[in-house]
Amino acid sequence: MTVSRLQLRHVSHSFGALEVLRDLSIEVFHGEFVAIVGPSGCGKTTLLNLLSGFNHPTSGSIERKGKSRMVHQQDGLFPWQTVSENIALGLRHGKSKQERLQEVRELVRLIRLEGFENSYPHQLSGGMRQRVELARALAGSSDILLLDEPFSSLDYLTRLRMRQEVARILQERPRTVVLVTHDIEEAAQLADRVIVLGERPAQVRYELSLATPRPRNPTDSEVVEATRQILTELDVESDSGEYTTV
Amino acid sequence: MCLEMTKIGAIRSVALPLAVVAVLIGIWTIVWRSGIFHPSAFPAPFDVLRAFGEEARTGRLFTDLITSLFRVTCGFGLAVAAGIPSGLWMGQKPLVRTAFLPIVNFFRNLSPLAWIPFAILWFGVGDASPIFLIFLSAFFPVILATMAAAANVPTIYSRVAKDFGMSDSEKLVRVTLPAIMPQVVTTLRVTAGVCWLVVVAAEMIAGRDGLGFAVMDARNGLRTDILVVEMIVIGMVGVGIDRGLEQLTKIPSIRWGYER
Repeated sequence: MTVSRLQLRHVSHSFGALEVLRDLSIEVFHGEFVAIVGPSGCGKTTLLNLLSGFNHPTSGSIERKGKSRMVHQQDGLFPWQTVSENIALGLRHGKSKQERLQEVRELVRLIRLEGFENSYPHQLSGGMRQRVELARALAGSSDILLLDEPFSSLDYLTRLRMRQEVARILQERPRTVVLVTHDIEEAAQLADRVIVLGERPAQVRYELSLATPRPRNPTDSEVVEATRQILTELDVESDSGEYTTV
Repeated sequence: MCLEMTKIGAIRSVALPLAVVAVLIGIWTIVWRSGIFHPSAFPAPFDVLRAFGEEARTGRLFTDLITSLFRVTCGFGLAVAAGIPSGLWMGQKPLVRTAFLPIVNFFRNLSPLAWIPFAILWFGVGDASPIFLIFLSAFFPVILATMAAAANVPTIYSRVAKDFGMSDSEKLVRVTLPAIMPQVVTTLRVTAGVCWLVVVAAEMIAGRDGLGFAVMDARNGLRTDILVVEMIVIGMVGVGIDRGLEQLTKIPSIRWGYER
């Protein structure tokens, strides 16, 4: 399907005198996984806030077809609710209690947290908490997932595992996804298309599509090659293949 | 091994405080025997024990205790019922906060005891005056704490509430109130302690019953033994009130606030 789910047309955004985004046009199609990478402070999170409808752009238009849910960097779960209660947040409307319980059970199984249904977020590890957030965002009738550096607070190994988890979960529950990250390898492993933003005010600097079907490994040749291209584009990889020291 | 350690720990946590109390009673007895203070101004430990039995038999101690607890419950309850909504309003609306914060701060820093003359003039002696004074002791601190907590609820929770399509009333019940509960409960504990201090002072001056009045009555009758009985009961009940409110911090949906 080529129905567009998210469309930004000539979007610019400023906070007072600070111009964050300039004339940005991005289209995300149904079922597509788009990763947006760029230097820190370039306006990636601002872009997600616009996409989610939490903020409105200074100029330009944003069209969103379907319900979007955000997965935050950290601490997005309600600490006063259990794992089950947090996940059930997206299931409040239009279902019988029986169906809701069934769906929560199904999602807990999907994120492999059986036995932790009645735990509170502060009793879980960082990686477990991010999985619960993902399940909460998937629950009910969400169409679009907005991932705001969802693994940046985790250690490297957990981050690698979370990539596998996300790829696996999306196979079971396909969604249109926009991932914002500064981890280029993560973007190349997970996404169908990687959009590289430049320094603030952010504009699209480079775009790259990956042909290998998901899920992919970080060491797959296309992932490695895409990572190299993006690093080169961002000027942090020298032509000889050695990293420049900063 | 581990079980024995906890068992020893449990014994210690009872035995050590008891030892301290025993030492204090010992010092008390020595001071009494030394005659530094005139016997009419310094009761002996066994006099106090006897007075305790006397007070318990006549039932006056119990009646006074119930009277004081009733007044604290009313004043404190009214203050919480009015203070939490007011604090929420001030916390969520910056304009309201700007308007009311200075005056609330003023009353917060004005000792409720300074109101005693007016309390007597307006409400006479009886239940109303102490209840009014206890209300004043709790109302302003509860407003300020609720306001600060509500104003500082992380914005990420608002985003989640919006993402999940919550209405304003749903957000209040599901997000704002649970988010501020740990701070509110802490304030309730502190404030209830203040109320228990204030009720004694209020009844000493503006009462004809209650524990505060009993203290004053014992002094007027030069019954220092009964005076000490009242003091012991006041202190122990204060500890009991705090222990009771401490249970609120163990509710699962509130405990998170004390564990990170």
